[in-house]
Order: sequence, then structure tokens, then C-alpha cells
Amino acid sequence: MEVEDRTKRYIYADAELDRTEGEEVEALKARSQEPIPDPDRWLEEELRRGILLTTVDAMLNWARRSSLWPVTFAPACCAFELIATAASRFDISRFGMEIFRASPRQADLMITAGTLTWKMAPQVRRIYDQMAEPKWVIAMGACAISGGIFTGSYAVVPGYNRIIPVDVYIPGCPPRPEALLYGIRMLHNKIAKRSLLQEGR
Amino acid sequence: MAIKTEPFVINIGPQHPSTHGVFRMRTTLDGEVVVDMEPVFGYLHRGIEKLAEGRTYTQNIPFTDRLDYLASMSNNLAYVLAVEKLAGVPVPQRAEYLRVIMAELQRIASHLIGVGAFLNDCGAFMTPILYMIREREKILDLFEMVCGQRLTYNYMRVGGVSQDIPEEFLPALAKFVKVMPGFIDEYDQLLAENEIVLARAKGVGILPKELAINISASGPVLRASGVQWDIRKADPYSVYDRFEFDIPTGSVGDCYDRYRVRIQEMRQSVRIIKQAMEQLPSGEVLTEVPLRLRPPEGEAYGHIEAPKGELGFYLVSDNSETPYRFHIRASCLINLTALCDMMIGWKVADAIITFGSIDICMGEVDR
Amino acid sequence: MTVALSGKEIAAKLQQRFPGTIVESSESSLVVKSESLLDIASFLKTSPDLDFDYLTAITAVDYYAYFEVVYQLTSLKHNHSLVVKTHCYGRDTPVLPSVVSLWRGADFQEREIYDLMGIRFDGHPNMKRIFLWAGFKGHPLRKDFSNGD
Repeated sequence: MEVEDRTKRYIYADAELDRTEGEEVEALKARSQEPIPDPDRWLEEELRRGILLTTVDAMLNWARRSSLWPVTFAPACCAFELIATAASRFDISRFGMEIFRASPRQADLMITAGTLTWKMAPQVRRIYDQMAEPKWVIAMGACAISGGIFTGSYAVVPGYNRIIPVDVYIPGCPPRPEALLYGIRMLHNKIAKRSLLQEGR
Repeated sequence: MAIKTEPFVINIGPQHPSTHGVFRMRTTLDGEVVVDMEPVFGYLHRGIEKLAEGRTYTQNIPFTDRLDYLASMSNNLAYVLAVEKLAGVPVPQRAEYLRVIMAELQRIASHLIGVGAFLNDCGAFMTPILYMIREREKILDLFEMVCGQRLTYNYMRVGGVSQDIPEEFLPALAKFVKVMPGFIDEYDQLLAENEIVLARAKGVGILPKELAINISASGPVLRASGVQWDIRKADPYSVYDRFEFDIPTGSVGDCYDRYRVRIQEMRQSVRIIKQAMEQLPSGEVLTEVPLRLRPPEGEAYGHIEAPKGELGFYLVSDNSETPYRFHIRASCLINLTALCDMMIGWKVADAIITFGSIDICMGEVDR
Repeated sequence: MTVALSGKEIAAKLQQRFPGTIVESSESSLVVKSESLLDIASFLKTSPDLDFDYLTAITAVDYYAYFEVVYQLTSLKHNHSLVVKTHCYGRDTPVLPSVVSLWRGADFQEREIYDLMGIRFDGHPNMKRIFLWAGFKGHPLRKDFSNGD
């Protein structure tokens, strides 16, 4: 059967687009040779805060951690444990998190559920940059922490912390829904220790 | 007065709630109608084929889990079948029956998500998929009883399965098999004649029979287009020739047919599991095979009817511990060949449903 | 049961019609010259008693001295299968004719072989990388490409 040449039919120059996107990937790969240090300013000595600020802090932190809205970001296998956590048996809704926002502008948590490849890395960086402050990242699964079973492959980024700063790491391949919920609770504890004075880190 | 319109290019994906994983479509739209579409793959390309050339045959079994991560048991089965063909390893009878039971349970679990996600795309926001995940959790409990894992099992081995089933497995399986047909009837009752599903899915995304054969489609996509081709009947592997079951086929090849084929396949899977449970013999579950297996020089192609299509492994051995070439015939990638043809002329919403009805898993497309 | 046709018998049949095109044949497969690949494939597809209308898979293997591309063909009507191979020489610009005009299922698979092995397919409507990004240096599945580069 006749196969038409599809490249002549597109109204855009797809080779151009491919080339620019390829250059973006190579540029990001060149600048991501070292992992980004984990955000750990909350471990610093508690700053001197007045009574008023402490109460405001406590209220803000309670509000922020009680309704973390994740962005729908589900590359690989861990996605199905994330979906199982969001379903009725493990019920992420009791933490106020069942609304997965499609738009990163409305989300404040990115649960990276899957292996990161260099081709996907610029898009992940773009989604992270589009999220509004304050935002947190949970690295879910072995692939997100270090590349997992695919470490050493020509196409796999060894861990999300090459591209975005990560707050909580959850090991497992894939981590059980209970493990994910434990990681989320650890993130809640971390948020509880934030202070207004640390904003804009 | 005629309105002058101009087509524009929009990106759907790779991060999008409706694209079943990281899949990107550069769609050219004229208003809301899809004029052209270019699929872009590779956002989950992890280089499994290259990594597998550096690991032994048994160490490669966890890689196969992560291909179509919704059907890990089937992937394991296809791979160990190919290695057994290559190395000439016999499999005990009890292991064969256990493999069939696991593969059919996996087919039900995979179709539950496939149908649930398709209905999610149709607009039934979360209700069907939450009901289907409830049933899937029952199956995952059974799998956890057997091998301790919920998603990536690593259960099959070259020469059998890694461990025998515990005592509580068969009573739990009997209970599941008794209630599952009732649940499938429940879904059918709510969805099969549902006005909205009919309006959205009937006649949408048609894949004609000749085109389906020409693009090497397989699995429910091929059968919904009217081709009676199921590897379990055409080229039976394991002990499938000892069971009685039907092959549901569609007639038109639209999204609704693919949905019906999957629902009916779940019923047939329950039928196979019942027969396998009755015929299950006792005995060993694993032939003694060296840990670092060295198959003789040669090549083998082993394929099975995985839930999403024909999954095949082409292995070349050079008499060393690691495969010389490890190639995966990915059904999901090949099923997507005619995606553009199925979408042209339809609106964006229909394009999303068409893509959802093919039921792909990016782990297998990109490997 | 799908009958795997004997490579030797099919080679004998093809030798009559297309003399000088078979390189070698065995029970399990046959190797044809790359120039005559399209003619032979077309004959295998259209001949009524062979009728290979379904292309199961295309694979490429790197054997240092040459690349071997393996075509697994199946006939749905007669329920038989055949393995056809062809060799491709030259590591800098290996070229083969594309079978997309016969079986459209070869579309993405040939692009994958180009992406990962470097073999170009003449006549393919969209010969460009599929999994890796444009600008990636090298072809990973070749034996002389080292991981972690």
C-alpha cells in the first residue's frame, strides 16, 4: 500500500523542533553533573522568633501541610502505587490530597513516581519551575533516588536531585502505599518546622 | 460569511492527566478538529535492551517486570518461555498450571485498569476506576500472598516459578473466582448500555480490519477489528491447550468494541482460572537450573498473549552467561502505528478516548 | 499450532523464482541478499499459499563484521511462520530497503533500529530518531558503544 511522506504534510518543521529540543536536553545534561543539595535549612538552629511569629508560623504550617495538592506527574511503575494510594483502600484523601492538579500552578507537591530520563528532564524542570512557592518534592521509589535498577544506562538520570531539589526520599521498588503515606507524614513533620523567616530560600 | 480559520499546532503531553504515562502528541488542530498528529516517544526510554546484555538471564527477569508494569506476571512468563526455548529447559506440570493461573489473574487486573482508565477519559471521572481498583486490590492481595510484591513480582523463573503457593492461596482464589463474575456483571450493567458511553465511544476511532493486520496490531485492538487471532489458541504455549475458552471479537473496531472485548476477556479469564484450579496437580515447581545459565549458541523467539497484545522476546545466545541480544517485541508500540489515522477528522476529546482505548503502557512502548 | 516453515524448503522455492538471492538457509531461517529483500518480501506476502500478511517483529543484531536484521513473518490465514534474515555491511552508513510499503507495522520498528543501531532504511517516510533525542551522539545498541558515556 502507498505510504505517503508524512514529513511533507506537517505545517511545522518537525526536524527543527526536534533539533531545538535535543539541544535543550544536551544542555541540561551538561549542567546537571552534580546533585542539587537537599534543602535542609530547617535543621538550622531555631531563629529567635517572637510569640506572635511562632503562632503565625504554627497556623501557616498547619494549613500548608493539611492540604498539600500534588501535581499529576506519573512517568512509570510507581505511578500505580500512587494511584492505589489515591484510591479507596489507602485513601490519600484523609490527608486532603486526593485532588491531583493537572496544572502545576495550582499544585504545591510533586511526587516523582517513576524513572527520569534525560529526554524528560527539561520538562520536569519546567514543571517544577511553574509550581508556585512554597513547594516540595517527594522522590518516590528507587529510580527517583538514584536511578534504581536502571543506573548506568545511557538515558537515565541518576536520581531526580540532579534536576530539582528533593525534600523526602522514599525507598522501594515500588514503595508500598503505606510507605508512601509514611513519607508524606515525614513531609508533614518537615513542614511543621518551617518558619516564615526562612521563606525565599 | 465564511470564517477563515488557520490550523495551529498544540502539544498534548508528556505530562498530562489523560496520556497514560509520558506520551506526547504534537497535534495540528483546525479549531477543535484534529488535522494531523505526530507522536513523540522516548520519555521513558531507559535502555533496558542494552542493560540486559550485561546481566545474566535470571538477573534480567526484574527488567521484564518493569516493561508493561500493569502486567508483570505476563512479561515474566514471556521472557522465561523464550529462555526455556533457547536453553531447552523442561518445566514441571504444577509450575505450568501456576503460571496459567497467575497470567490469567494478571489479565483481569490489567484489563480492570485499562477499562477504568478508558472510562476516566470518557468523562466518568473517577467512579468506574475506583470500583475497578477495588477489585484489583483483591487480585494484588492474592499476588502478595504468593510472592510478597504488589506490582513488580519477579515470580517466574527459568524452569518454573520461584516458590510454591501457600495454603491460604487456593481458598482465597476460590472466593475471588466466585465473586468476580458478579462484579463484571455490575460494571456491564452500569456501562454497556449507558447512553453517554455509547455516544462517546461508538463509531469513534475505527481501525479497519485490513489496516489492523497491516500494522501488526495484536491483542484486544486486533480482535476488536474482527480478526480471530489469539496466541493462546493459534500457537498455544504452556498448558493453554487443555482449557476451554472463547475468543471474544468485535466487528467494527471502534472504541466501544475494544471496551467490550476487554470486558468479555475478563469473563473468559475467570473461566480459565476455574478450570486450572480444578486440574492443578501436585509436585515440584522449579526445575534445577544453574544460577548462571549458559544456553547453547542459537536464537529463540518466545511470545505470549499478554493483556495488551503479543509480547515477544527475541534472544540470541553466544554460550555465555549474558544474552548477546535481548530484544522485546513491544505490542504497545506497534499498536500505536495507526494512531494518527484513527484520530484524523475527530475532535480533541475523541482523540483522547481513541488513545485511551488502545490501552498502552509507556514502559513497554519506550522500554 | 503455528507451524514454523522450514527455511530450506522456502529457500528452494525462492531460488527458482529469484535465482542468486539466497545467501544461506537452515531449518529455522533463511538469509537473503539485502538488494533483493523487497522483491522477496513482496513475493512472500502476495503468493497465495504463503500469504505472509502479518509482520510479527523486526530486530537487528550487531555481529561486529555485519549487522543482521531479522524479520519474523506470520500468516494469519494459514497459521504458519517464517524467519527471514538479511545482512548489512559497513559500520558507517549501513543501508537497507524499507518494507513499510508492504507492512505498515514496520514503521516504528525500523525507526527504532535506526535510532539504536544506526541502520538507515531507504524508502521509509519518516526516518528519524524515535526514542533518543535529536543530537544524541552514537547508536547505543551497537557493541562498540559503552554505557555511561
